[in-house]
Amino acid sequence: MSLTLENVSSVVDGVTHIYDTNLTLEPGSFNVLLGRTLAGKTSLMRLMAGLDRPSTGRVLMNSVDVTGVPVQKRNISMVYQQFINYPNLTVWENIASPLRLAKVKPAEITRRVKEVAELLHIEQHLEKLPMALSGGQQQRTAMARALVKDASLVLFDEPLVNLDYKLREELRQELRSLFKARNTIAVYATTEPNEALALGGTTTLLHEGHVIQTGPASEVYRNPANVEAAELFSEPPINLVDGRITESQVFISDAVHFPLVQELQDLPPGDYKFGIRPNHIGLVPQNDDDLELAVTVELSEISGSESFLHVRNKHFPLVMQLSGVYEFHTDTDVNVYLPAHRLFVFDMQGKLIKAPSPVVGGIHHG
Amino acid sequence: MAEIHLKSLAHSYSKNPNGPEDYAIREMNHVWEHGKAYALLGPSGCGKSTLLNIISGLLSPSGGEILFDNVPVNDIPPEDRNIAQVFQFPVVYDSMTVFDNLAFPLRNQKVPEPKVIAKVNEIAEILELQNVLKKKAKNLTADEKQKVSMGRGLVRDNVSAILFDEPLTVIDPHLKWKLRRKLKQIHEQFNITMVYVTHDQLEASTFADQIAVMYNGQIVQFGTPRELFERPNHTFVGYFIGSPGMNITEVRRSPEGVFFGGIDLPLSSGLNQLLQAASSNNVKIGIRPEFVQVSHEPTDGAYQCEVLFEEDLGTYKVLALQLGDWEIKAILEENAVSPTKTAYVTFPAQWLKLYIDDYLVEEVE
Amino acid sequence: MRKVENNKAWWLVMPVFLLVAFSAIVPLMTVVNYSVQDIFDQNTAYFVGVEWYREILTDTRLHDSLLRQFLFSFAVLAIEIPLGICIALMMPTKGKMASVCLILVAIPLLIPWNVVGTIWQIFGRADIGLFGSALTGLGLDYNYASDPADAWATVLLMDVWHWTPLVALLCYSGLRAIPEAFYQAARIDRASKWAIFRHIQLPKLKNVLVIAVLLRFMDSFMIYTEPFVLTGGGPGNSTTFLSQTLTKMAIGQFDLGPAAAFSLIYFLIVLLVSWLFFTTISHMDKDSKGGQHGNDA
Repeated sequence: MSLTLENVSSVVDGVTHIYDTNLTLEPGSFNVLLGRTLAGKTSLMRLMAGLDRPSTGRVLMNSVDVTGVPVQKRNISMVYQQFINYPNLTVWENIASPLRLAKVKPAEITRRVKEVAELLHIEQHLEKLPMALSGGQQQRTAMARALVKDASLVLFDEPLVNLDYKLREELRQELRSLFKARNTIAVYATTEPNEALALGGTTTLLHEGHVIQTGPASEVYRNPANVEAAELFSEPPINLVDGRITESQVFISDAVHFPLVQELQDLPPGDYKFGIRPNHIGLVPQNDDDLELAVTVELSEISGSESFLHVRNKHFPLVMQLSGVYEFHTDTDVNVYLPAHRLFVFDMQGKLIKAPSPVVGGIHHG
Repeated sequence: MAEIHLKSLAHSYSKNPNGPEDYAIREMNHVWEHGKAYALLGPSGCGKSTLLNIISGLLSPSGGEILFDNVPVNDIPPEDRNIAQVFQFPVVYDSMTVFDNLAFPLRNQKVPEPKVIAKVNEIAEILELQNVLKKKAKNLTADEKQKVSMGRGLVRDNVSAILFDEPLTVIDPHLKWKLRRKLKQIHEQFNITMVYVTHDQLEASTFADQIAVMYNGQIVQFGTPRELFERPNHTFVGYFIGSPGMNITEVRRSPEGVFFGGIDLPLSSGLNQLLQAASSNNVKIGIRPEFVQVSHEPTDGAYQCEVLFEEDLGTYKVLALQLGDWEIKAILEENAVSPTKTAYVTFPAQWLKLYIDDYLVEEVE
Repeated sequence: MRKVENNKAWWLVMPVFLLVAFSAIVPLMTVVNYSVQDIFDQNTAYFVGVEWYREILTDTRLHDSLLRQFLFSFAVLAIEIPLGICIALMMPTKGKMASVCLILVAIPLLIPWNVVGTIWQIFGRADIGLFGSALTGLGLDYNYASDPADAWATVLLMDVWHWTPLVALLCYSGLRAIPEAFYQAARIDRASKWAIFRHIQLPKLKNVLVIAVLLRFMDSFMIYTEPFVLTGGGPGNSTTFLSQTLTKMAIGQFDLGPAAAFSLIYFLIVLLVSWLFFTTISHMDKDSKGGQHGNDA
């Protein structure tokens, strides 16, 4: 089954929640909606589910117009941020509930509940009540209930937010493998760029009610359509500095300049915004085109395997992500290196002009 | 100013605990030095919040003592312990303005109003709250609210420690970075002991000078982020720190080292001696994904494995490999060309760790 | 958010709609009908326009009982709301005592109105009632049957006894909904008991208090059974409240037209005052209205 939103928008009490949106979700695809709090992720999912009716446009399922068809008739499941289960039913009965409503035969119910409980590793808790379970197990139960009925569309609204970091990692991976074998469309909303990357699939970036980009996760990550997309899909936050290109020079903020490197020669002179990801700035030069920059350390954060360095020169701050442990005291002066071929170039309206070309060997595998 | 000392501290929520599983905090001795930033890291239910509430005085321990600068404070209520606490969900006084929120602890102490105004403005500037001082606190965004609740701690002159209970839970990622940075700056500026409870290793390690990893009511390791990463003292630390966590598998003894799923893995002679001398059969080996060496071609001492899948995480890639019955993850850099079917891995001796009964066993140098 | 349209929903609300129509709207219209006619018997009625309204609005009986009624309702609110909050604050939160207290507090609510009147009738008697004889024993000249002030105080006391538990229970549940972290933060901020009440408990109780004030106002404004049983509206007219005046008019004197006009005015007063309460309380925090961002825990 495929799901298409055609010129869909949503206006509530004069406030636009979703601007004119066109989006097609392919059969069996795993779609991640990435956006900040209040970007419209939940609104968009509610439109997809048929919980809300769009103010304009149509919702099509398999090319059939389903705008206005109530959610009960659409074979949809939803998993929420809160762990929502029937508190007075056992885990078994919770999982079986959508099947009982659909009047599935008892033998079939037994088979399917068992199967999905095993997939989600809760088979030893089937006789317990939800409140007796840990948070992770409660959410697994909710997910099992969503998966058991073979819905054609499953919506996850930040389902892992209330779980431990490690549990998130595990469930995230399980989710991916659970959907690999299914023909179900999955939609997963999150605020975290790293979660979107880890889940893979198709990423749709949502910003203040606008869908700003859609595509395979790693492609969107490497070719953000504009400044907002780059900021949204970067953790730690991407470094952005205004600058300009002249006939022979590149200026980053007015003060730092260097000769025009080959990478940027194709661009007409003018004002630009430059972006560079924190993990691409180094403490040692690695290429001939590296730009040397004298900066002062403001703060260093060490996470065991990585260090985050917050530095600034006179005109702008930078965040660096380095693998390995680098301890610097505040106010230490260091030189850092920005590889010119790693620069993102945006025009002054924020539109992407040039993304870093893939480095040798950086082509997609897998 | 305070050094916080936990002396044979233990806590059980049940009145008559039978055995260690009834304890939320198993007997522990620990010292939090003055002016440092610490993190208490662990999964939910490990006892970290219990420990935090014992330090702040909201909970009275069922056993042992807690000392602030060598003075027992077991019987001193939270309001007299000169600590501040920031909770998971922002606590602000809804009906008051931001200014009144920040002034509240001072006014409660009957501080003269001119001093209140000066102090509140000073703290508001540090926390970048000057522009919202006149707003009602309930109209703030989550991160601003969290700054207000922290500010209520900072305005007091006499605060000796600030305790944080998962303060960034409700904050969006891009704001987490900003707020975390603010916390660090405040720590450097104020010289206050800070204890930060979290389940997020990144938050813990970037915030703290030293981290106490808690598991089942015990501190299983206390060390710098680097120590936790490079020398996990317990298999749980290996698993919990790092993303993905340490590759760990259960193994059997073999004459030269260990044996698992058809693979013989020799250990250094020193390590092997320790292994052979130990009586327990609960033996595990572990290596971090960052340290697994992957190559396309067979090399000396390399093990052949099957490539399961590859994940592109933007700044790096994760390669999943099958070696015997062990599923190993290896981290490759962003631009690495990863093998597609068969890969060869080696485990540098320096990074291959041996665990007996889940605790690290090392040669004494 | 615009919901998906579904015509079935109309069928679902239909029974309620019909019920409301028959139980409220139809009788109300009947009353409106009566209020503009002079009725002699089933077949003889004349249209009199607003005559009854004019008569009622200038009737001193109405003025007196309306004043009495307002005094009574405001006294009820002034006592029951603070007292209810105090009781709720004092009730234990955990353990067996919590449930025991809940049951004890709820007992007066379970007693039917007329029984409440009877209980207090006996309770307050100077010869055999515990309350009455205790007061007399103290040397006070107490007799609710002959002294208007005593009668008034007794009716008020009876209402307080009967209905304060409702306010207390509402507040109790409101207080239980405040997350523990707020109290912990306040302790650490060295907030006094009063400050905790003023800045945490009271703001969080606001919504519950709106309901309590409205319920108690409407109910007390329409009080009938208890004073009727206790004092029969006397001595004199000292405890004759609006509803009793109305009843006397409608049933005692069979002045159907004026009574209908009276009840409509009565209804409008209740509506107006309730609306006033509702808007004032819910707008007390007016400048803080606005977009709420993030999690409001």
